Amino acid sequence: MYGWLWRRLPGNTGVKLLVATVLVAIAVAVLWFAVFPLLEPAVTLDEVTLFG
Amino acid sequence: MLRAVGESSITAGLIILLFCAYLLWGTGGYTEDQQLLLQRQLTEERPAETPRLGRIQLGTAVAMLRIPRLGRDYRYAVIEGVSTEDLKKGPGHYPGSAQPGQIGNFVISGHRTTYAAPFKRIGELRRGDEIIADARDARYTYRVTKQEIVRPDEVEVIAPVPGKPDARPSRAVITLTTCHPEYSAAQRLIVHGVLKRLELRKD
Repeated sequence: MYGWLWRRLPGNTGVKLLVATVLVAIAVAVLWFAVFPLLEPAVTLDEVTLFG
Repeated sequence: MLRAVGESSITAGLIILLFCAYLLWGTGGYTEDQQLLLQRQLTEERPAETPRLGRIQLGTAVAMLRIPRLGRDYRYAVIEGVSTEDLKKGPGHYPGSAQPGQIGNFVISGHRTTYAAPFKRIGELRRGDEIIADARDARYTYRVTKQEIVRPDEVEVIAPVPGKPDARPSRAVITLTTCHPEYSAAQRLIVHGVLKRLELRKD
């Protein structure tokens, strides 16, 4: 998967590295700001109130 | 094929690690923004008229909570309400429990691991430590009396007289609740205190 992606990136190794870093950064940002906030309510590791 | 499975597993692992980092640190940013708004409410606005029945509107700031044992800069604006959304913004005051300084139990719940974790270290509180609630009318200083660990359904700890759900309150007490053990929802850590001092605001 990653090998296949790497071969498809343009340019020499330096450019490939740069593009790969940007792609990873985009993936992380999408997860952090869009996906994780949606998942977070499902995780109840921090329930603080009491219920009868 | 095997390579693809391996790569996917490593990717999934990294995403899960990232999610844990988000829970611990990413959620705090929202709380900090909301705290700025709530703290500004406390310092700038004074309610034009006394709210009906002495109740504070849900979602608004009740008081500034300070605990010197947890650091000189430890201060959180307490929000009225304990819904999930309220607690993301800061420690929440149980609607219906006593107001700061009032006879009865002033109950506050706060997160221990996520959303800036305001109550992360309340387990370090010892008997006699001060819990200060700066309300709009006065500063109320409580002193810690005891700490206990209870099941999530032991609601008597937040009764007007903690532990005695049917008793009539005669003292002003405070109760802090958070999850226990850390990173778990299995139990609750409870800190009780009693009002020791009241200083009216001069302005």
